[in-house]
Parts: sequence; structure tokens; C-alpha cells
Amino acid sequence: MNLVRLALRMLGREWRSGELGVLLLALTIAVAALTGVGFLVDRISAAVALQASEVLAADLRLGSPQPLSDSYFQHARAAGLASARSTTLVSVVFNGEASQLTSVAAVTAGYPLRGRLLVAGEAFARGAPAEGIPATGEVWPDSRLLAALGAHVGSELSIGATAFRVGRVLISKPDQGSTFAELAPSLIMNAADLAATQLVQPGSRVSYAGLFAGERSAVEAFKAWLVANKRPGERVRDITDASPQVRNAVDRAGRFLSLASLVSVLLCAIAVAMAARRYVSRHLDTVALLKTLGASRSFTLGVTLLQLVLLAILAAAVGALLGFVAQEWLLRTIRGLLALTELPGPTLAPVGVGFLTALAVLAGFALPPVLQLARVPALRVLRRDVGPPPPLVTLAFGPAVLVVLALVYWIVPEPRLFGYLTAGLTVFVLVLAAAGLLLVQLAGRLRHGVGVAWRFGVANLSRRRAESVVQLVAFGTGIMVLLLLAILRTDLNSDWQRTLPQDLPNYFFINIPPAARDEFVQFLQSQGARTTKVLPIIRGRLTAINGKPVEDPKSGRAAEEGFATREQNLTWSADLGADNRIVAGHWWTAADMGKPLVSLASEFQESLGVQVGDHLTFDIGGEPLEVTVASIRKVKWDTFQPNFFIVFVPGVLEKVAGTYMTSAYFTPGAGHSLAQLAHRFPSVSIFDIDELLTQVRGLLDKAALAVQSVFVFTLLAGLTVLLAAVQSSRDERRYESAMLRTLGASRATVVQGVLAEFTTLGALAGLLAALGASVGAYFLTTRWLELRYSFQGWPWAEGILGGALLVAAGGWIATRTVINQSPLKTLRS
Amino acid sequence: MNTKLMPSAQAPMVRDSVLKAENLSKEVISPEGSLTIVDDVSLEIVSGESVAITGPSGAGKSTLLALLAGLDSPTRGRVLLAGQDLTQLDEDGRARLRARRVGFVFQSFHLLPALTALENVMLPLELGGQPDARRIAAETLAGVGLAARTGHYPRQLSGGEQQRVAIARAFVTRPAVLFADEPTGNLDTATGSRVGELLFGLNAHEHTTLVLVTHDRQLAERCGRAVRMDSGRVL
Repeated sequence: MNLVRLALRMLGREWRSGELGVLLLALTIAVAALTGVGFLVDRISAAVALQASEVLAADLRLGSPQPLSDSYFQHARAAGLASARSTTLVSVVFNGEASQLTSVAAVTAGYPLRGRLLVAGEAFARGAPAEGIPATGEVWPDSRLLAALGAHVGSELSIGATAFRVGRVLISKPDQGSTFAELAPSLIMNAADLAATQLVQPGSRVSYAGLFAGERSAVEAFKAWLVANKRPGERVRDITDASPQVRNAVDRAGRFLSLASLVSVLLCAIAVAMAARRYVSRHLDTVALLKTLGASRSFTLGVTLLQLVLLAILAAAVGALLGFVAQEWLLRTIRGLLALTELPGPTLAPVGVGFLTALAVLAGFALPPVLQLARVPALRVLRRDVGPPPPLVTLAFGPAVLVVLALVYWIVPEPRLFGYLTAGLTVFVLVLAAAGLLLVQLAGRLRHGVGVAWRFGVANLSRRRAESVVQLVAFGTGIMVLLLLAILRTDLNSDWQRTLPQDLPNYFFINIPPAARDEFVQFLQSQGARTTKVLPIIRGRLTAINGKPVEDPKSGRAAEEGFATREQNLTWSADLGADNRIVAGHWWTAADMGKPLVSLASEFQESLGVQVGDHLTFDIGGEPLEVTVASIRKVKWDTFQPNFFIVFVPGVLEKVAGTYMTSAYFTPGAGHSLAQLAHRFPSVSIFDIDELLTQVRGLLDKAALAVQSVFVFTLLAGLTVLLAAVQSSRDERRYESAMLRTLGASRATVVQGVLAEFTTLGALAGLLAALGASVGAYFLTTRWLELRYSFQGWPWAEGILGGALLVAAGGWIATRTVINQSPLKTLRS
Repeated sequence: MNTKLMPSAQAPMVRDSVLKAENLSKEVISPEGSLTIVDDVSLEIVSGESVAITGPSGAGKSTLLALLAGLDSPTRGRVLLAGQDLTQLDEDGRARLRARRVGFVFQSFHLLPALTALENVMLPLELGGQPDARRIAAETLAGVGLAARTGHYPRQLSGGEQQRVAIARAFVTRPAVLFADEPTGNLDTATGSRVGELLFGLNAHEHTTLVLVTHDRQLAERCGRAVRMDSGRVL
């Protein structure tokens, strides 16, 4: 017999008779949820990456102290990438007699490839996106430069051998940098004018940058080529090397989205397992009959497997389409909430991932019972009570456990978190199962002294012991992940609001001379600006680690070269900032003051490969200073408070000549105050991070949006679990309902019984879910997301009430047709 | 009723032993301990014979039928079906033998609800790799008077019609032995009587060996031989 033909024919017939509905629905919604989340995560991640790449003004940036070879740009063009060049150097700019040391960037058409230039008609005004780059003969200086030079739009500035007209005021450019390395005022000009200035001479310090952007895959391929073919001294950066603030935000958003998709995957798995159980129980007779008629075990197994694979393909196709439509609709509906760029288009990857995951879930959760199905003896045609022999525990649960572990690891490949998640999940499932058994035992006592409906309902829980426990675990897990998601969302939102309040400092002031320090702070306060603490800054260079000169501390990553070789901003402080956490060693006490100790940020420590107790030698003002690493700090860079990689103990650096820095919040439209400030304190560098803050807030907006959307998918997946669970006991319920009504029970009594059963089940599942979600949220919040955890009572109320209501309502809806069926018809069938 | 199935059918005329049970016993473990359901039964049935297995409920009739048909394995003893020792065959081997030599009719019909009457009858032919299954199945279905019902699903057929489809399915492979478990048990007297006629008509025409378990006295009396059982033993 042609196995495929029989499988197809049976599938077709069963499809028409409605037998496949439950499994197909469960699989389809599972795939829809999965691919929907996949599309959403994929597109929003792409948007986040796109936004992060704005900090580089490109997807990929090649930097060098030497002019870049044209071959890079030719190769990029051939790969379909857009490219631009940016040449930066420091030069003195004149406006008549006034002069100012300035960072000059000469850019080619197309710059910036990512992000945008904001320009205005006057200094310190709100910027609007610029069209193109400065025309030849024209420059766009920033507000600080104009203020320092007393110039305005239309003024003529001399740069090197040429004079330029001020065309616009540069308010911000995407790659202006978020560290404090670039302190000088800046100006951009057309690259075509650079030669005429005669600024580029042998020996002059010039930085050359090649900017590249395009399709993700092309960028990845080009990056690999570039890394293999670049010359020594050239440095490739992409968004993973972007500023720590943005990288933190991207990491956090990515982590949360992956957690949310994991939740959907697990719910899908539960729904599929339940649907598969029903599929198997409904096919026991068929398989027994096929065997009686002469079919071998492998034949019946083949027919069933083929049917399942066909179902998976069908469900994957329909589910992926539904998932795509759902996320597209969702994104269109809430597009207005998006802060900046349009979302990139979808890729096909989520469809493939969705299908593969659906197959994996099917293999882990549906295959074990299906394998059992093939073992049902032919004798069942004569004796309905004969079923397949009980499976080995490892065979029944092993594949499911393996698939869950693989999925969790695939989504969360960090070993520590993987451990937490799997351990938490295992404990939670075991606790739920134990609680389920307890409930089943309690049910025996609860049934006395209550009405007949409640007794019938609660007795049902007790009688279907295994099924009750399975459902309790499923409902409990489903409700728990929903609660967990809600708690984390609240925590994240409030933490973001805590860390990024609207009046966050938007201007940093650097190079404040010690003599002008108090006067400067008073000036800020007189202008109505909200100021923060004033910190000292000393410039210094790391020269040796444990007495060994620093040359190439740990080759490999380009970012490390900068740490070791460039001048660092050093400070001292007695207090550990609220946004700093000691991860190794200890913060200094009063007894440590004046000792040669230093505390390093973890990024700096990791790139140098040093440990607590190691000795570092710094060159500060030409004098060597050896200090011991006392502690390592984890710094939350995304608080946008002044923070330093290297902090000394008070009493060591005070005698070295240095400057001070501070930050302040100026309300929009404070341009006049800032211009005055630039005039009065010409040596102070003003650093405007308003645009950077807007960028980061945009990222967080997107992340919050994604979280809310994913919540909708998770809710749908949770409801599917409920439906699958109720459907799995449908046949038994039909028979029970018919029996009860035949014995004289009213329809209302039967309905009350069903409600009693599901309400009890839902309430207990909700109680346990609230417990699990609270514990889970504590660990995830503090250990993984690194946020503050605050206990919340609402998940308990929502879990118990919501669980009872949701499960009761779902149970009633799903069993309604069963209850309404004529008892005679049921008992005859 | 037309009981003529396949005009070209050549029935075997030699009356050999087609089914032989030797000291057959079946014990099961129950909460009360070991329970002997079939106790040392020996039996020989020749080709073309019709045998009724009768007895009160719990006598072990259906278990004996299951053992004889190779649906269950005996605790002791052996069964020879068409010369093959069933106890020497594995599950798949017994299934292959059933596909070639055995037909079944059940009390509750056991039609696949997802398949039409015609597809249900085609099933054993297709399992056996018969090339023109559709034609043969249609002819057989017409042979039991259901030519007009080929496209109907089981739920669209009456009980009697469903059992006739089941009989057509049992005979369509021209089996050496047909086992029937209470074939009229779910039918009213008149319908049961017609189904009985059909069964015996085909048995006579096809020279198929018929082994049936029944409570129906009339049906039992139409058999060439009756084997009466009580407490697992043949009386």
C-alpha cells in the first residue's frame, strides 16, 4: 500500500470531518505567535541596530591615521554598499582676530550614511535635519565655535589657507562621539575644499574614516573582507563597538525581546503537547484497526508521522502568514508611537525559524505520544480498555526536556542566565505538579458538604488526577509567564523612567579651570540650570601593568588599543556613585585615603585583563605614578551621569594640575545663556548630549513598544493552551454530561459543575503562578536586567482572580457545545 | 439479497485444517491474583467450516477469538493459522498473515469514520498492495447491496448498513478465515437476521471458514458446529 496515499487520503477525510481541528489550531496559533514575535523582534532589532549605527553615522566605519585606499570604496560599491569619507583634523579657525582650536571634519556627499545632521540658522537653536552637506566654499560650524569666535551665519571664517562663508550652524552630527575625547568645538566642510586649505601636511595629525552602509548581509560580508584585508593601524568599528550607553540600551532591549519570545515558545509547546495527547487518544482505534487489517507497526507509524509533518507544514504556512499579518497590523497601528526612523522591512528568516521551531516542538512534545500510538495492540478492536503499554519515563519526557533546553539555550546563550532559567522552570514545574497532587487529594475532602454541582466538578479534578496535574502545570506556567512579563514590563518602564528622567543633564562642561570653578557653578545656577556634582579631571596615560610596559595588552579587539594607548580622563572620589556597583575588591574606606589605590570600570579592566591587586603605572603630567587596583566597578553608563573608567582614591591626585567638569540641565531655548557662558568662560568646553539622549530615548520607546506587542502574542498563546487543555478532555466530558443529564441533572447543574472545576483549577494555578512570577521576577530583575526589584501585590490578585476567571470562562466556552449536545445522541454514539 | 461476490472466484475444495489451537491458555494478572481466562483449549477447524463459539458472558469467548486470530498472544499453547504457528511470529508477522488470510467483523462495526464506505472496503486491499482496489471494493460493496452508498461516510449509514460495509471489508480480500465477534449484537432482530443471511451466504459462496462468537441462538444454530465455553474451558 502506498503509505503517502493513505496518509494523504486519511488526512483529507479527517480534515473534512473536523477531526484535525484542535491540533491544527494549536499548531497554527503556536506558529503564528512564534513567527509574529520573530518578525517583530527581527524588525525592531533591526531598527534598534539601525538607530545604534547612527552613532557611527554608518553601519561600518573604517578609521585610520593614514589616507584610506580607494580599493576599499571600490569593493564596497561592488558589494552594493553606500559609502562616504570623513577626514578630521584639529586646526585653528579665525574670525578676524578671534581664533579657536577646532575639530574640522571634511565630508563627502552622502555623509552621514546613518543618522542625520541637524542644523539651524543661529547658535544654540533647535536643529532641523540638513539636506546634504555644506556646499563648496561653505562651512557649518557648531554653536560653541560661533560663540567663541563671535561669528554668525554669513560670517567669513579662515581655515588654513582659505576663507569660508558660514552657511548654517551645526547643531549635531551623529558621529560626534559620546565620550569626552572630542572636546574641541567642531565644524564640517565639504571634502572637496580640504586640499585648498593646505591643512593636510606631512606630519599633521589627521584621522581618515571610511563610512559604509547597506543590507545587513552585505555589510557582514564586507566587514569580514575588510577585517581580512585592512592594513595595520586601520580599525573597523560597527554597532557592537558603538558607545557604551547605546550598546547597553541595545543589549537590554534585545535581552527582553528574546525573553518574551521564549515565553511564547514554551506556551506553544504546552499547547502542542496537549493537542497531541488528544490526537493520539482519538487515533488509538484507527491504528488498532489498521493493524488488525494487516498493517505493520512501521506502516501505522509512518502514516501518523506523515500526517503530523503535513499538519506541521500546513500550520507553519498558515501560522507564518497570520503572524506576519498580525505584526504588520500591530506595527501600522502603533507606528505613530515610533520616535524616529521607519522600521526596516521584514526578512524571511523568522519564517524559517518559526517552521524549524514548530518542527522541533512537534518532535519534542508530539512525537513521544505518537510513538506510543504505534504500539497500541491490535487487540484493542475487541477490548476498548487495552491501550499502548506505558512508555519509559525518559522516552515520554526526554525529548520534550531536550527541546526545551535547546530552545532556551538558543534564545539565551549566556550560561549563567540559561542556568537560572532552566533551574527556575524546573523548580516551578515540580512545585506546580506537587501542588496539583495536593489539590487532587484535597478535592476528596472538599466534595463533602457542598452542592451537587460543586461535588461533581471538584470530584472531576480528583478522578482525572493525571490530567488535572498536567492542566495545573500548563495553566500555572501560562499564567506565570504572563504575570512575569507584566511585572518585568512595569519594572523596566519604571526603571527607565528613573534612569532617564526628562530633566536629565543635557550639557556637560569640561575644562573648568580650578580658579573659575565656584564662579562657573554660580553662573550656571544664576541662569536657572539644574546642576550636578563637580568632579576633578586629570589627564593621564597608562604606561605599565605590573611593571611591564603597555604595548599590546591583549590583541584582538580594536577597542582595546584605544584604552591602552590614548590619554585617559582620571578623577578621584570618596563616594561610590549610585550607578556604580563593586563587582570585585572593595571600595575605599576612610583608612585608605591617600594610599595609591585605583578603581577601574569593568570594561576597562576586561580589555586590559588586569585583576584586583595588580599594579598600574600612569604617566600624569610627565611624572610616573604607580597605583594598585583596589576594586572593579560595574557602571550603568545609560544613566548619563558623569562617570569615569578610572577613579583614584582622594589624596593622591590633588597636587597635580587639573580641571573640573560638571553637567547641567538647560531647558530648550536656553541658547542665549549658553552663548553667554561660552563668552565668559572661553576655556570651558560645552558638550551637548541632547541629541544623544533623544536617540537613546527613541531606542527605549521601541523596546517598550515591542514588549507590549509581544505581550499580546503571549496572551494569545496562553489562550491556546487553555483551549487545547479543555479540548483534550472533551470526549470524556461529553459522555459525563450525557450521563448526568440522563440521570436527571439540569443543564444548569452540569454547567455549574464545569465552572466549579475550572474555577478551582484556575485559582490554584493563578496562586502558584503569582508565587513563581514574583520569585522569577526577582531573579531576572536583579541578576539579569540589573534593575532594582520592588515587590508588587497586584500579580497575586490578578493571578488568582484572573486565573479563576480566565480558566472558568475558557472552560465554559470550550465545553459549551459538549454540554448542549443531546444526551441520547451522545450515549448512542 | 445478492451474495455473489466475485464471479471468477475459485473456492478451494480440499477440506484441510485451516485453524488449529493446541492446549491454549491465557492468564492475566488481576488485583485478586492470576486469572485464567482461557484454560487449556484445543480446537481444530477445517476449511469452509462454520463454527459458533457460545457461552455466557465472561466465559472467555472473545479472548479465544483474539488468540485464534493472532490479535493476542497465549500464555501457553499455540495456534496454527493456515499452517503458520502464530506464536512463532512477531507482531508484524501476524499482521502480514492477517492481511493475506484473515477477515474480521466486529460487534461495533469498527469502520473508520474518516473514510467513505468504499474507502473502508478498499483499505485491506490497499494494505495488501492490490493494484485495482477501487474496482474490487466497488464490486464487493455492490455484492452486499450497497452500490448506492459507496460515497457515504459511516455516520450517514444505518447500523445494518454499517455492518454490511464491515462484512464487505472482511470478504474483499477473500480471506481463508473470517472471524466475527457478536456480528449482530448491536442490531435489531430483523436487521441482525439479514446480516446473518449475508454472512452465511458469503461463507457458502466463498467457502470461507467462519468463526463467530455470538449470543444470538439463531445465528449459532446456522453454524455447522457450535463450541460451547464456560469459565475459560470448552465444554
